[in-house]
Amino acid sequence: MSIPAELKYTDTHEWVRKEADGSVSVGITHHAQDLLGDLVYVENPQVGREVNKGEECGVVESVKAASDIYAPVTGRVVAVNNELADAPERINQDAYDAWMFRLQPTEPREYEMLLDAAGYGALVESQEH
Amino acid sequence: MLIFDQSRTGRRAQAQSPKRAAQIDIARNLLREDDLLLPAVSEMDVVRHYTRLSQQNFSIDTHFYPLGSCTMKYNPRACNALAMLPGFVGRHPLAPAKTGQAFLSFMHELQTMLCEVTGMKAVSLAPMAGAQGEFAGVAMIRAYHESRGDSGRSEIIVPDAAHGTNPATATMCGYKVREVPTDGDGNVDLAALSAVVGPQTAGLMLTNPSTLGVFERTIEQIRQVVHNAGGLLYYDGANLNAILGRVRPGDMGFDVIHMNLHKTFSTPHGGGGPGAGPVGVNERLKPFLPVPIVERVEDAYVMIDEVQRPQTIGRLSAFMGNPGVLLRAYVYARMLGREGMRRVADFATLNANYLMAKLRRFGFELAYPERRASHEFIVTLQALKSETGVTAMDFAKRLLDKGFHAPTTYFPLLVPECLLIEPTETESKQTLDAFAAAMKEILDEARTQPELVRQAPHAMPVRRLDDVRAARQLDLRWMAT
Repeated sequence: MSIPAELKYTDTHEWVRKEADGSVSVGITHHAQDLLGDLVYVENPQVGREVNKGEECGVVESVKAASDIYAPVTGRVVAVNNELADAPERINQDAYDAWMFRLQPTEPREYEMLLDAAGYGALVESQEH
Repeated sequence: MLIFDQSRTGRRAQAQSPKRAAQIDIARNLLREDDLLLPAVSEMDVVRHYTRLSQQNFSIDTHFYPLGSCTMKYNPRACNALAMLPGFVGRHPLAPAKTGQAFLSFMHELQTMLCEVTGMKAVSLAPMAGAQGEFAGVAMIRAYHESRGDSGRSEIIVPDAAHGTNPATATMCGYKVREVPTDGDGNVDLAALSAVVGPQTAGLMLTNPSTLGVFERTIEQIRQVVHNAGGLLYYDGANLNAILGRVRPGDMGFDVIHMNLHKTFSTPHGGGGPGAGPVGVNERLKPFLPVPIVERVEDAYVMIDEVQRPQTIGRLSAFMGNPGVLLRAYVYARMLGREGMRRVADFATLNANYLMAKLRRFGFELAYPERRASHEFIVTLQALKSETGVTAMDFAKRLLDKGFHAPTTYFPLLVPECLLIEPTETESKQTLDAFAAAMKEILDEARTQPELVRQAPHAMPVRRLDDVRAARQLDLRWMAT
């Protein structure tokens, strides 16, 4: 199972990466794309939108199901990955390369409280019985 | 192959060809000059083409169809025969009530029977489908709160096991959706529910038995939590078949319900309709029911509308639902009678539990092994997938080769690699045994020749379809060249 050690995670299967400019990139984990199967549609939030931690701010849809994406931290959407609109399969190909959107966090402590790789690994393990 | 691909210039069905031009009084400049684009084929071409298509159909008339949460039961031919009587088929929807008293009396009786079997106070037959019934139900919740000047209620609560239509309906009606989780036994998590209700709660949408195939044991407490917060309880009738005539949503404390007559009352189902999704309400929601509604005034049956019901949420179509479907449901209900309706729930539940026990003995893993099934149950193939690489989708495709329609796959989303199986009351023990035997065969194949299962289906008119391409580059058009 692929869970990079340098990333943070949510219990709703988003990964979070801190960028050099202080923003965070958000995507869905390898495990999440594996559960969903082949993705056919990605909907990102509008740039400029203010989101609260845990708020729905995107959708990924596969041949099996549609699933909401939740903001891992509170902040403002500063960029979205428009490439995914035409090529959602990039998430299936490399979930950690295919970021969905970037947030400028307003509550820096929230990032520190996200799951680390070990914590997320344990969560996945427990959900698989 | 499309019938257009069989077209050969000059070929035609002579017997059906018009023998002379019609006498028409339309100005020449309004008449089309080129021929209609119709396939040029013989009568026999047409017969063979459509007969072949009908033979490729996988349907309840030809195959067992254990599609969980869809209640694909047999449609008795008598319902069809009676609904097709010329007096019904030929009745114009704008015909005056006095010339359609028989039809109106049947609709009135259907309203009354649906009230009785669900424990609600009034029913409207207006919704044209289950989704429209849901829309009408939540629109009534909104109308109720607004009529009281209670405008702060902005949220509808939906359990995470719900049908996708529930959050969609709430959103359509302008509500924010608040999701509540399910506990380990498949019940709504009561603590989580208590934590999210409040003055912003407009209502809760609940399916009981749930899509996990189990009865919500804490329905009484759920009702109290929601009602104490001032919210209303919406009953999604998707799984009404499991409790028909045995337990009534009205007695459980639901304020508003919708029923899928194409599920529970055995009207034709699938293919996009026509459907019927009547709504039932308790006393306080009665003024908001969609119109028209049939009422008996002295000795006559009349359609009542916006004039008599000024607070109605309005009309959902030009007329009142799909009358042909409502008539079939009416005949079905009359044939069953009160006792028959109880047997629907009894045998639906018995069949599900028999099949569940049998599959468990064959080595299938149940999602909720501690719970008795309602009318459907969930098998999870998670362990089999880890062991053999065979997925729930592969399993479903292989079932087609064995002559069975696949159960619902990958729903509810909570359970990984799941099959949601609903046999319904109309199947015999022999059919259930044959289905269980096919499931066992596939389980063995998954272990001995997994590629055979992963490549399935092998015996269908088409092999494995490219779902991804179909979703991303949907192409339903045919262009003349």
